[in-house]
Amino acid sequence: MALAENTNADKGQRGFGGHVLYVLSENPITAVAFGLFALIVIVAILGPLITPYDPLESNAARALQPPNADHWFGTDSVGRDVFSRVIIATRLDMMISVAAVALSFVVGSIVGSIAGYWGGWMDAVTGRFVDTIMAFPLFVLAMGIVAAMGNTVENIIYATAIINLPFYARVARAEVRIRREAGFAQAARLAGNTDIQVLALHIFPNALPPMMVQISLNMGWAILNAAGLSFIGLGVRPPTAEWGIMVAEGANFVVSGEWWLAFFPGLALMIAVFAFNLLGDGLRDIVDPRQRT
Amino acid sequence: MNPRTKLILFRVLQAIPALAGVILVSFILTRMLPGDPAAYFAGPAATPESIAEIRAAMGLDRSLPVQFLHYVLDLFSGDLGNSLSTGQPVLEELARRLPASLELTFTALLLSCGIALPLGIAAAVNQGSWIDHVCRAVVTAGVSLPTFFTGIVLVYVFYYLLGWAPSPLGRLDFVYLSPPDVTGFYVIDALLDGDMETAWGAARQLILPATTLALFTLAPLARMARASMLQALSSDYIRTARAAGLREGQVIFGYAFQNAMLPVVTTLGMVFSFMLGANVLVEKVFAWPGIGSYAVEALVVSDYAAVQGFVLAMAILFVLLNLVIDILYTVVDPRTREG
Repeated sequence: MALAENTNADKGQRGFGGHVLYVLSENPITAVAFGLFALIVIVAILGPLITPYDPLESNAARALQPPNADHWFGTDSVGRDVFSRVIIATRLDMMISVAAVALSFVVGSIVGSIAGYWGGWMDAVTGRFVDTIMAFPLFVLAMGIVAAMGNTVENIIYATAIINLPFYARVARAEVRIRREAGFAQAARLAGNTDIQVLALHIFPNALPPMMVQISLNMGWAILNAAGLSFIGLGVRPPTAEWGIMVAEGANFVVSGEWWLAFFPGLALMIAVFAFNLLGDGLRDIVDPRQRT
Repeated sequence: MNPRTKLILFRVLQAIPALAGVILVSFILTRMLPGDPAAYFAGPAATPESIAEIRAAMGLDRSLPVQFLHYVLDLFSGDLGNSLSTGQPVLEELARRLPASLELTFTALLLSCGIALPLGIAAAVNQGSWIDHVCRAVVTAGVSLPTFFTGIVLVYVFYYLLGWAPSPLGRLDFVYLSPPDVTGFYVIDALLDGDMETAWGAARQLILPATTLALFTLAPLARMARASMLQALSSDYIRTARAAGLREGQVIFGYAFQNAMLPVVTTLGMVFSFMLGANVLVEKVFAWPGIGSYAVEALVVSDYAAVQGFVLAMAILFVLLNLVIDILYTVVDPRTREG
């Protein structure tokens, strides 16, 4: 399937693996991004196995301790270990954003592919739908959706998925559209494939690389949005550990100098978003060298 | 008709479907309240009769299209419903708090344009130099910063450690009286009143939240300014201008700059979308009494009527802002001058 697009001669000679290595050596930051990404995934998977303390266990005797040898990130107002909570929150934060992005990827791909392949009224209707979502300030729309559907973690996922949908639908539509009449698509049609087969098995796989870039660039934004929603008190409820709500709880203590409560979860959030953004840039270099900046 | 007037009229017409879509979605959102809205609005001590009464009073016993019609009619008469917790009309409360949000947003926008545009342009003109690297670092770091986290770090550094900033609680310290209401912007109002002390006090309160918001919007603006300036500089008319022997300053500011600003104006729409969302977070961090913190307070007490009123008001504001940007674009773009 990828062969159909691989017209670039010098790229073909070196092979895809060689190209990846070349891009990584050219831009060491991308390698750092891959490393950070691997670290986040490992922390999310191991989660409870690597926390030194129970993230929910409070202990008034050790409340509000600054970072020290026992508690690397200090303790919060009821004596919970901030390090353990930051670690344990990784899984929940990743779960919310991966689920949201996966949902908008699937729905956005279907909607966008249909619009791009058949055009006409289907394109008009889906286009209007996407435009209507974009007519809202996106974070505000997510607030409204969660308020309307109920204040739960699942609804945070749905709301984040809905506000990310337009980006996927637009990329899918554009990528399918330019390949609709491509030689390989026409050949597949001539060979007796139905429209759905041509779209799903021949055109869409070729549109995947740009979609993957979009996913990775979008992940960071999805994490930020989900954390923002829980920061203003939506979705995740205390005492659950989640980065956004931990920053919100810690914010009250910053004015009196207990910075570590909000700082470490905020830092974790920032590193996660940063890793995904760098990864997106790196993937784009690998997938589409022309867009390199 | 003048082609430019025609184009502006066309833009205005284009905003209508967006507005209709926004109103329809808001209507759906208000009807999606978990459970029976009438029972919800009646409160926990309601009897079946009082629920039925409220249902009739709210028009919930009628068909959905009729309900939608009433919703739209209410909207055009300026009725966004009443807040459940205070009983006050939502629109009144939003109108009272809007100036605070606008003061914050516009100050942040000025600040971020003031830094992002020169930075992006300098990076494009000196491609590959240290300033280009600074620009790239700012752009990459800027999109990764959670607004609420930046705000908290700034509070810690400038309020707790350095003591330069006042405590992050609202628009004005208790020791000052709010200036007489002219524009609703405290700094400007105080200056108009000739009260330098209050103006300084208001400006001190404003600077941290505005910086937080500006840092957030810096990245997309700088990225766009750099990209479009690069594109402008590599175009034929710049080569021609250089070949004709024009001075470099004339080439950059007289020719490239004007053309490079058009795509930047277009990105302003997206920037506003981010800003209106980030506003909510910044207002919460700094206890800024704008419409964002109103929505957050309403969310905390499950006052969904107020939240939906806020969402609709923000969406209408956003559609209108986009319209203004489109019109601005039409006016600025020299290609629309004659047909």
